[in-house]
Amino acid sequence: MTGNFITTRFDAMLSWGRKFSLFHYPYVTACCGMEYMSTACAHYDIDRFGAGMTRFSPRQADMLLVVGTITQKLAPVLKTVYDQMTEPKWVIAFGACTVSGGIYDNYAVVQGIDEIIPVDIYIPGCPPRPETVLDGLLKLQEKIKTEGQDWRWKKKTS
Amino acid sequence: MEEKDILIALREAFPGVVLETEMSFEIPVIRIRASALPAVAAFLKAEPRAFTMLLDATCVDFPDRPERFEMVYHLFSLAGNTRIRIKAGLPAELPEIGSLASLWKNANWLEREIFDMFGVRFSGHPDLRRLLMYDGFEGHPLRKDYPLRKRQPLFVKREAL
Amino acid sequence: MTTAFQAEARPESLLINMGPSHPAMHGTIRILLELDGEKILNADAEVGYLHRGFEKTCENRTWWNLLIYTDRLNYVSPLINNLGYALAVEKLCRLDVPERARWIRVLMSELSRISDHLTCLAAMAMETGAFTAFLYNMKAREYLWDVIEQTTGARMTTSYIRIGGVRADLHSDYEAAVRKGIEETRKVMKDVRGLLDKNPIFLGRTRDVAVMDKADAVSYGWTGPALRSTGIAYDVRKAHPYSNYDRLSFDIPTGDRGDNFDRYLVRMAEMEQSLRIIEQCLEPLRRARLEPAASSVRLLEPVEAIKAGRTSPPAAPVRLSPNLEGAERRVLPEIQTADPRYALPAKEAAYGTIEGLIGHFQYFMKGHGLRPPAGEAYAAVEGGNGELGFYLVSDGSDRPYRLHLRAPCLHVVSALTGLIKGRLLADIIPTFGSMNMIGGELDR
Repeated sequence: MTGNFITTRFDAMLSWGRKFSLFHYPYVTACCGMEYMSTACAHYDIDRFGAGMTRFSPRQADMLLVVGTITQKLAPVLKTVYDQMTEPKWVIAFGACTVSGGIYDNYAVVQGIDEIIPVDIYIPGCPPRPETVLDGLLKLQEKIKTEGQDWRWKKKTS
Repeated sequence: MEEKDILIALREAFPGVVLETEMSFEIPVIRIRASALPAVAAFLKAEPRAFTMLLDATCVDFPDRPERFEMVYHLFSLAGNTRIRIKAGLPAELPEIGSLASLWKNANWLEREIFDMFGVRFSGHPDLRRLLMYDGFEGHPLRKDYPLRKRQPLFVKREAL
Repeated sequence: MTTAFQAEARPESLLINMGPSHPAMHGTIRILLELDGEKILNADAEVGYLHRGFEKTCENRTWWNLLIYTDRLNYVSPLINNLGYALAVEKLCRLDVPERARWIRVLMSELSRISDHLTCLAAMAMETGAFTAFLYNMKAREYLWDVIEQTTGARMTTSYIRIGGVRADLHSDYEAAVRKGIEETRKVMKDVRGLLDKNPIFLGRTRDVAVMDKADAVSYGWTGPALRSTGIAYDVRKAHPYSNYDRLSFDIPTGDRGDNFDRYLVRMAEMEQSLRIIEQCLEPLRRARLEPAASSVRLLEPVEAIKAGRTSPPAAPVRLSPNLEGAERRVLPEIQTADPRYALPAKEAAYGTIEGLIGHFQYFMKGHGLRPPAGEAYAAVEGGNGELGFYLVSDGSDRPYRLHLRAPCLHVVSALTGLIKGRLLADIIPTFGSMNMIGGELDR
C-alpha cells in the first residue's frame, strides 16, 4: 500500500514538473506560424503556462508543435525530426492543415499529420486564434497529468 | 516606345515570325513562332525597346489544341513603364523551346518551375531539374490530364491506433 | 542520385544542409552549402517544401470560392492578395467598384502592408539577436489586427475583399481603432529604430552585406522593397495605380547601396508612408459615411418581413442576424458593384423575398453564378514583396481555366545563392531575413 502511495505521488510530481515546463519545437511551415508568433509574444504569452521555451533542436525539446501545412515533400523530414526527439514526447497538431489537410485536398499535401506521426492534441482553426492554442495547451497539460508515468506512450512511438 | 513602333520593328527584324497581335486590356499581346523566342526576347530586351525585366513566364495547357502548350511571357520595361505579353505554342509530342536563362537571371527558376509543372523542356538551360516537386515524383501536376488528388507519398503511412 | 551541386563540390570542403525545418521562422526552404570553414564556396537553394498546389486547386474551384486560397498565399498580408485577385477578375468582367469600397480597399491594403513589414523586420531582427524588436513589432501588429478583426471578423485569413467590392462595411468604431493602431505603430517604430538604426552589432551584420547592384536586380526580376533598396523607384501603386491610389500623396523611399541594411531602412520608411496613406483615407471615408438607420424606426422581424414580402419588398429595414452586419440593403450599393450578374443580392431580399433567395442561391450554384466572359487578364498590385500579379485565363465557365500567380518573392529568393556565395555562414541569416521569403507565395 505504502509503495503504491509513494509511486503515485512520485508520478504526480513528475507530471507536474513536465507539464509546466514543456520545451516545444516549433515546426513552423505556413500561415499558422503567424498565429504561433502571436501566441508566443507579449499579448497572449504562452510563457505564462510554462511552455515559452522554444528549443530549436529536437534533442532538447519534448513537445513537437507542428504548425502549418505539411506537404508530401516535407513529410520524411517531419518523421526524422520526430524520431530524433527523446522520450517522453508529445505532438500537437496546430491548425486545420495538420489535423486533416485543411482546405488542400490535392497531390501535394499530407491529409493530416497523423498519417505520419502519432498526435496527442488537435487544434482546429485556419488559423486558430491564440486563445484556442492556449486551450489546446491546457488540454495537453491535463493529458500529461492523467497519463502519469504510464508507458503507453512507449507503444505509440513504434 | 509606342506599341505599334515595337510591332513594326519586330516585323521588320523577324519576317514571318509574328503570327498575330492583339490587345488584352492595356497589355499588347504578340504571338510568335516558338523557335524564334530567344531571338525575339533578345531583340525586345535591347535598346531602344528596353524590356529589361522578365516579369513572369508561365504555360497554359490546352489539350484539345494541336499546339497543346501555350507559353506566356510577360516582359516589362522600367523606362517606358509598359508591359508586353509574348505567346508561343508548343506541340504535345515534343514540347521544347529555347531557354531565356542567358538573357535574364530569373528565367532559370521560372523555367525550372514550368518544366516541373508541365514537362516543357528548355534547350540551353544550365540546370534543368524540378523546382517544387520532389525527386521521385512522376508526372507533371499542372497538366490537365494529371488528376488533382493523385498522391505519390514519400513516406510509409502509419496505421492508426 | 547525385545532383550537379554534389558532383561539383570539392573533396576537401564540408557539405552541410540548412533547413527545411528552419529556426529562422521563415517557413521551409533548404539551403545546401559547400563550406570551407565558415566561408561559403557554393550554395543551392531548394524550395517547394510548401507547395500546396494552389494553381491546380484553383482550376477546380469556382471563382468566388477560390478567394480563400488567395488569403493563404502571402499570409502576412492576406488582404493584398485578395485585392490582386479581385482586381484581375474585375478587369476580366469589366466591373465598376463603388467609391467607398475602393477607399476601404486602400485602408485594408495598407494595414496589411504595415503588418507584413512589421513581421519581416521583427523576424530579421530576432535572428540577429534583437529579440526585443520582435516583441515590440508583434505588439503593434496586434493593434492593427484588432482593426482588421473588427470589420472582417478574422485576424489573418480574412477573405474580405471580394470580387466587385468588399464583403461588409467598416465597423462603426473603426476610426478609434485605426487611430489607436497608428499611434501604437508609430511608437513601436520609433523604439525599434532607436534600438537598431545605430546599433553596431546590427550594422555590422547588415551594412554592406549581400549588396545587389541595379542591373542585376532588374535581371533577377526584383520588385518591391528589394528593388527599391538598390535605388530604382518602381512601385506598382505609382506606376500603374489602382483603387484610388492615384488620389493619394505618398513617397517612394529608395536606398542607395542595395545591402541588407538598406532593405531594412526601405521597409521602415515604407511603413511610415503607409501610415500617411491610412490617415489620408480616413477623411474620404468619413465624408462618405452612411447614415445609420434612424433609431425611431421599428425594425421588422424576419418572419414579418417574409410575410410582407410575399406581395411587395419590405417597407421598413429588417432586423438581421449580427453575422450579416455590414451587408444590409442600405450599405450594399456602396460596398459592392451594381452589376447583378456578379453581385450578391441584399440580405433582406435573400431572407425575405423569393427572388432574392433564388438570386443568392444561383450565385453559389455550380455551373451558374459568377461566370466571367472568356478571355485572359493580368492585373498586378503592390504586395509586401513587390509586384504581385494574377494572370487569369477564363473559358466562360464558373471555374478558372488557368490561374497563375506572379510571386514577387520567387524572383527575390532566386538571387539568394548568388548573394551569399563568398560570404560567411552567418551572413545568410540577415540576408535571408531581409528578403522576406513567404513560403505560401514562393511555393504556391
